[in-house]
This record gives sequence, structure tokens and C-alpha cells, in this order.
Amino acid sequence: MSTEVKPQEKERLFSKKNRKLLTDPFNESNPITVQVLGICSALAITVKMKPALVMGLSVIVVTAFSNLITSLIRNYIPNRIRIIVQLVVVAALVIIVDQILKAYVYDVSKQLSVFVGLIITNCIIMGRIEAFSLGNPPWKSFLDGIGNGAGYGAILIVVAFFRELLGSGTLFDVPILEPLGVYELGYKNNGMMLLPPMALIMLALVIWAQRSRTKSLIEKE
Amino acid sequence: MQELISLFFKSVFIENMIFAYFLGMCSYLAVSKTVKTAIGLGIAVTFVLVITLPVNYLLENYVLKAGALEWLDPSFAGLDLSFLSFIMFIAIIAAMVQLIEMVVEKFAPALYSALGIFLPLIAVNCSILGASLFMQERAYTSVGQATVYGLGSGIGWLLAIVAIAAIRERLKYSHVPAPLRGLGITFIITGLMGIAFMSFMGIKL
Repeated sequence: MSTEVKPQEKERLFSKKNRKLLTDPFNESNPITVQVLGICSALAITVKMKPALVMGLSVIVVTAFSNLITSLIRNYIPNRIRIIVQLVVVAALVIIVDQILKAYVYDVSKQLSVFVGLIITNCIIMGRIEAFSLGNPPWKSFLDGIGNGAGYGAILIVVAFFRELLGSGTLFDVPILEPLGVYELGYKNNGMMLLPPMALIMLALVIWAQRSRTKSLIEKE
Repeated sequence: MQELISLFFKSVFIENMIFAYFLGMCSYLAVSKTVKTAIGLGIAVTFVLVITLPVNYLLENYVLKAGALEWLDPSFAGLDLSFLSFIMFIAIIAAMVQLIEMVVEKFAPALYSALGIFLPLIAVNCSILGASLFMQERAYTSVGQATVYGLGSGIGWLLAIVAIAAIRERLKYSHVPAPLRGLGITFIITGLMGIAFMSFMGIKL
């Protein structure tokens, strides 16, 4: 930010440290699989790719801008009432997102039903505000918000990919398994994948795969 | 009366907050290491749900819904404030949690120290806002229904968190593959419990 007075030399907009803020949440500090934040609203909407993608984008927008706004006003918020101030900022952003979704993608907004509203209490957002943007300058917080939102969206998409492909044989409602001739080999759509509990089990498998690859994430006994 | 009882059982078992909608997962995962704390948090969540749902119901029906302000002045009949519902609901929830915290601290200090930091954290528990939004979406028709729905979903949440806490206490003595330890295995168990709870699904109440 140009208005800031910094004692050291000015950091470039996309310096190495700032890029790390964007890329870390994809693996080493993924909000869902490592920080365990925001699982609440994550799983019920991963039956199909489309709602998962829309949800991921909405969360990116909300985390990025709520981080930016709270970071801009961080020095003026009295500590005792900060939770309410944060909730108001987040709720206002979510209302904007909800109205936009209702106006332009009404069918998806119907599918997401209450889960758009639940972005407000999504722990990722409050978690990142508390942990990052209250102590960091606006541009960094903005990047951190985008990174964490995208890390969250990435997990949603991975889970939704497998659930839609194996459960209904489609991706984005386009039939995939049929043209490939998988059904002729005897495969039947696995209705189990469409049930809510499978989202949790899929997520557990994602965690398993990730932790087998990145050994440092394994929990101590 | 019968209708209220069936709504209660429906919200505890069939539409369980955790197993059917995954609401309140964050605190469910974070606070389910021992049964004792799980019970404390479960009771606090139920308490807050029972109080916030009727309040939000009244707010929805007498202030926010399309034409709801007509009782104030006939000229308000065309007003629709429902786009404000997120911000109003969360404000009510945050205020109620604060209020409950003060009341409990004053009149039941033992309970207050038992609940500790869980009380303020409930404001951002998804299951509370989720219940209010479900109430709005399903258009319950009386304060009684809203209260019973709150009580039912609270008790459903309590059941779920106590069950997982009990399982996790035993899990310490078993050999879990290293990458699944902790978070992964908890997810799988929750998924299996969710499948078990789905057996209630066919029941029409």
C-alpha cells in the first residue's frame, strides 16, 4: 500500500512472501484439512460440481473482502466488541453475495439454500480475521483471504468431483461415464456417493492422501 | 400437540444437525476430545437455540417478512425487509449469547465456570444460525413450533457430540494408520454414524 510508511524498503506487490500467502493454503495450511476450519457449510453442497464451484467463489469473495475491510479498520475497533464488528462486516458482505447469486444464478442459489447465509458463521472467515487480518496490513490480508478461500474451494471441488462422477456419472451435469462406455463394463451409478455421510468419508480420504504425501502434517499421538 | 411432538423427534433424529446437515462441525471436531466438555458444550448450544429461535421467529414474522410491518402502520404493507435477515439474525444471536453469558454468570456461577470459554464461542456456531435460517426457509407457523424445533435440534447436536466424544476416548487405544490419526478417523466415524442415522430417514412423522 502506497500510503503506508515503512521503515524498511518497500515490498513488491507480489514478493515471495506475499506469493506464499496465496499458495500455502493449498497444501501446508489448508483451511479445511489442516486448520480444521469451515467444515460446517462445506459438505452438504458437494453433491454436484456447480454448487460447489459457486460456493467456493462466494467464499473467496467474502474472505478476501472481509479480511481487507477488517484490516483497514483494525486500529479503530475496540477489543471488547470486535466479534460483533466482525460479524457485521461479514454479514453485510454475505448479503451482497446472496443478492447477486439470487439475481444471476437463481437455480444454484436455490440449491445452496441456507448455506449461503451460513458463510457468515463459516469458521474460516472469523478464523482468518482473528488470526491474520487484525494484525496485518490490508494488502497482505487481502491475499491471505484469497488464498484461504481458494484452498477451501479447492477441497470442495475435489470432493464434489468424485461425488458427482461416481454418484451420477456426470460433471457439471454433462454425462461423462456414458460416452466413455463405462456402463457397458458393468458399472452402475453409486447412489451412496450422493448421500451426505459420503462427503465426510471422501474428505477423510483426501486428508489421508494429503498426509501420506506431506508427512509433516501427521498428528502426534 | 401431536404435531409438536413429531416435529421434536424429527429434528432430533431424522434431520439431525450434525449427521444430516453437518452444521456446527467446527466446534464438534474441536471440543469432542472428552465426554465431560462435550456435554457442557452440548447443553450450552441447546440453551442458546431454545432462546434464539423464538426471538428470531418473532423478528422474522413481525419485522422482516414481506408485509410484516403492517401492524405498525398500514402504509408499510408493501415493505419487504427480508434481505436484512442474515444481519438481524446474527445480531440477535450475538446479543443473546452475550446476555445469556451475563445471566448465567450472575445466577449460576458453577455452570458458568463449567462452560468456560464455550459460551461466547457459540455465537459463531453454524448450527445456531443454521437453525434460524431453516426455520425461515421452512416457514414454521407458530412460536411453539419454532421453540420445539430449537429444542430438538439442540438435543440432536448434544447427542451427536457426546457420542463422538465417547468414541474418541476409546479410540486412543486403537491402532489408526498414521496419516488418518486425529482428524481423518474422526471424519470417517462421523460418516459411519451418519449412515446409521440415515436409517431413520424412511420414517414419516
